[in-house]
Amino acid sequence: MSTAPSRVIETTIGLEIHVELATSSKMFCGCEVAFAGEPNTRTCPVCLGLPGSLPVVNERALEHTIRIARALNCDVASHSFFARKNYFYPDMPKNYQISQYERPLGAGGVLEITGDFPTRRVGITRVHLEEDTGGSLHVGGSGRIADSEYSLEDFNRAGTPLVEIVTEPDIKSADEARAFVTELRAIVEALGVSDVRMEEGSLRVDANISVRNAGETEHGAKVEVKNMNSIRSVGRALEYEEGRQRAALISGDMPVQETRHFDEKAGTTSPMRTKEYAFDYRYFPDPDLVPFEPSDTWIASIERAMPELPVHKRSRLAEQYGLRPADIGILTTSTAIAEWFEEAASAYDGPAQKVANWIIADLFGLCNEAGIPLTECKISPRQLAGLVRLVDSGSISGKQAKQVLGGMFATGDDAALIAEKEGLEQLSDAGELSSVVDEVIAENPDAADKVRAGQMNTVGFLVGRVMRKTKGQANPKLVTDLLTQKLAP
Amino acid sequence: MTAGSGPPSGDGLVWRTATELARLLASGELSSVELTGALIERSDAVDPGINAYLHRTDELALEAAGAADARRSRGEAASPFDGVPVAYKDIFVTRGVPTTCGSKILEGWVPPYDATVVERCHGAGLPMLGKTNLDQFAMGSSTENSGFFPSRNPWDTGRVPGGSSGGSAAAVAAGAVPWAWGTDTGGSVRQPGGLCGLVGAKPTYGRISRYGMIAFASSLDQASPLTRSVEDAAALMAIAAGHDPCDSTSIPSPAENYLDGIDGGIEGLRFGIIKEFTGEGSQPGVRARVDDAYTRLEKLGATLQEVSMPSFQHGIPAYYLIAPAEASSNLARFDGVRYGSRVAGDTNIVTMNSMTRDEGFGAEVKRRIMIGTYALSAGFYDAYYGKAQRVRTLIIQDLRRAYESVDLIVCPTSPTTAFKLGERTDDPLAMYLSDVYTVPFNLSGNPAVSVPCGLSSDDGLPVGLQIVAKTLDEKTMFRAAYAFEKDLGFAGSPEGRPRL
Repeated sequence: MSTAPSRVIETTIGLEIHVELATSSKMFCGCEVAFAGEPNTRTCPVCLGLPGSLPVVNERALEHTIRIARALNCDVASHSFFARKNYFYPDMPKNYQISQYERPLGAGGVLEITGDFPTRRVGITRVHLEEDTGGSLHVGGSGRIADSEYSLEDFNRAGTPLVEIVTEPDIKSADEARAFVTELRAIVEALGVSDVRMEEGSLRVDANISVRNAGETEHGAKVEVKNMNSIRSVGRALEYEEGRQRAALISGDMPVQETRHFDEKAGTTSPMRTKEYAFDYRYFPDPDLVPFEPSDTWIASIERAMPELPVHKRSRLAEQYGLRPADIGILTTSTAIAEWFEEAASAYDGPAQKVANWIIADLFGLCNEAGIPLTECKISPRQLAGLVRLVDSGSISGKQAKQVLGGMFATGDDAALIAEKEGLEQLSDAGELSSVVDEVIAENPDAADKVRAGQMNTVGFLVGRVMRKTKGQANPKLVTDLLTQKLAP
Repeated sequence: MTAGSGPPSGDGLVWRTATELARLLASGELSSVELTGALIERSDAVDPGINAYLHRTDELALEAAGAADARRSRGEAASPFDGVPVAYKDIFVTRGVPTTCGSKILEGWVPPYDATVVERCHGAGLPMLGKTNLDQFAMGSSTENSGFFPSRNPWDTGRVPGGSSGGSAAAVAAGAVPWAWGTDTGGSVRQPGGLCGLVGAKPTYGRISRYGMIAFASSLDQASPLTRSVEDAAALMAIAAGHDPCDSTSIPSPAENYLDGIDGGIEGLRFGIIKEFTGEGSQPGVRARVDDAYTRLEKLGATLQEVSMPSFQHGIPAYYLIAPAEASSNLARFDGVRYGSRVAGDTNIVTMNSMTRDEGFGAEVKRRIMIGTYALSAGFYDAYYGKAQRVRTLIIQDLRRAYESVDLIVCPTSPTTAFKLGERTDDPLAMYLSDVYTVPFNLSGNPAVSVPCGLSSDDGLPVGLQIVAKTLDEKTMFRAAYAFEKDLGFAGSPEGRPRL
């Protein structure tokens, strides 16, 4: 009797990420950079590629790219230049894209990612700067250009500075890919160089994924996965694709090299129309632009002005506030959240973990329901600290505090004001409570006897009765103390 | 009688230099409206025979002339040349005025902006008389590659005016406009200048903004004046020269006043004669005139010495890889999507692009796009484009070495005088060789001027002498050309203008 040996299959993933820079003007002209808007209103002869027009480099975009490159531990090229990438597409005004080919601004970097997997060092092949294309709306047919009746072109986005980040094929699972994109997004956001909104396309992720039997030296056929519009989609698409390819490998029906489109609703990938021929982009140095040489002093001054990166923030938060690692991860997904937390923590003199708990366990839920980010909620960090202090002082119970938080979220008022308005002050007067406790003992003689006999777990039952009588306003700790005193054997 | 004396009259006016006309306007002897009217009349008379213009802007010119006269009467002349009309090769974009680059593919396009050269000339008060003919996208040496019609040489209308700025050269040579703008990518101003008995002056690459000049080969293109005198060339160049923040390849330093010291003579200047250009390559009549010119330079106190430029033999091949490579990319935008003509074909975008380009571009443009696309292709890049760029470096090095021992370099502008229409249209290589003496200085970026050196005894047609200066040394170049021009006495004399 023989069984097939269990096969170990390895997954290999490399990512190609595009980040739209949030500069005030476009890459090569003075037009404003913004999202959406009336079509073709933010254009000029340069970004429309009109005959005779010439590009002029936006220095700020170079600076932003160097920031990203350094944050990803890349070397910054001492001599770099723009190249033309030649291909025809109607949303590309010049039918070439000004990009970089040889000597990208950044190369040879590494980003370490952590999660429910061994810490992974992902190599960063290159970080380069290019211009974005316009946008097409294909009308009629399937919505793709090939069978549409006609297409509408909007060049508002054309010429927006775009940073391309390419990783080495060092990522081994969908989980790791998700963690990589999460970390990269946090870094770029912290650097303040992009909105990094995947849903608006200011952060775009394409993946190359292949599988092979463990021990093989050659990679399997590479499949490019497109249309992943959120970090969650990156995970879902790659999980699906990994499973599909593994099944194919096992059944002997080897995966083929192709580009596949992720269907958000179905959670599956399907082949895109395959290219009939390999593109030859005929890269050559753009003669309209002069090569540039970022000086060491310039790079150093850019580095000095760089904000704290997520990795450093995480270790500082751990050290400074003693937070749980999982909570640190959550609080550092964006600079704004971390800042919000730190402001609340500094307004509170107890353990910062308590503040973190309130943010993570309660406030995030309220924000999610309302569909707003933390920074846009009506509660200020200082007010949250006030709420935690109110609980500490025993004025309100933890349960009441959740109700107070809801009120604060709706109105933006202080915790104390809400508690007072809603009559949620906690009953902490021993004299007043004592008579209620006596009533409860009288009404529940059996339970009282059990406590007297040493069955302390019955105390809780009596506490509950007191709470009910006081409509939840009694300080439960005080009630427990009174009961144990009065029912002492 | 010299051209500058006597009362201005319609016939005499049209042969004056811009500098002379500026003086007449300044003294009040002449108004810009009168001058512009005379030039319009002259154009009406001669243009049907030479086809210099693609698009005339008579009304705009008269309007601008009126404004110039008003400024002058208020004592607020925009520049010394306020009111002197000019024409532009139809490669410069002009706001509100059709711009075709000589190609059907741009038919109907009206640009929403002005080229920097145009803007600066408007600023100096030069009324625009029209847009002149060219080989489409400046690809050619005869204007026979125009998408509309060939221009003709005013010296002999059976011959070409040269190219690609042939329309501008024909217009100036025929007395239709005192001066005009062309562009020089491989000789496209110097060669028609030489063939039409005019001054054609290319500045150092980067000296004049390329913004708004429809690109043929971006690393070689330079706006360049075509004029009747060296002084005019220096003056027109100075109006447009200087840094432009809209062109990244524009040289940041301010432009010099090229007229300053232009009459300083050439006593003691050292001229280099290129050994590789002194063989059998030129027509005997051309060689004779150029040799006379060398003698004249010596007579004027200059010294001559031979310099060797071994890399120049590779100039034409290198040029015909680099220029088409850049052109193949520059011309990709003409696809029927956004402007110009569109041939819809059936319903898909690829067919529309192909049919539009197939019908819109002429044969020479297609040839160069094919050559350039090939030269940039994966696997061929190093052997073609890469190698051509290395030749370019060698040419620059050869010139730098030569300029250690000479101040200027001198050679013929073109190996032949104006050739007959149709003579070279079926032989692209023969056509390309028209540029053999001019191309190296586009590859190197040096300033170079073609100045008339008389008529060839073979055919009585004009011959050009090319004077090449060090990078950014336009002043020495103009000073030498001026001294030569004055001593020769050809420009401004009856011998120096065609019988048209």
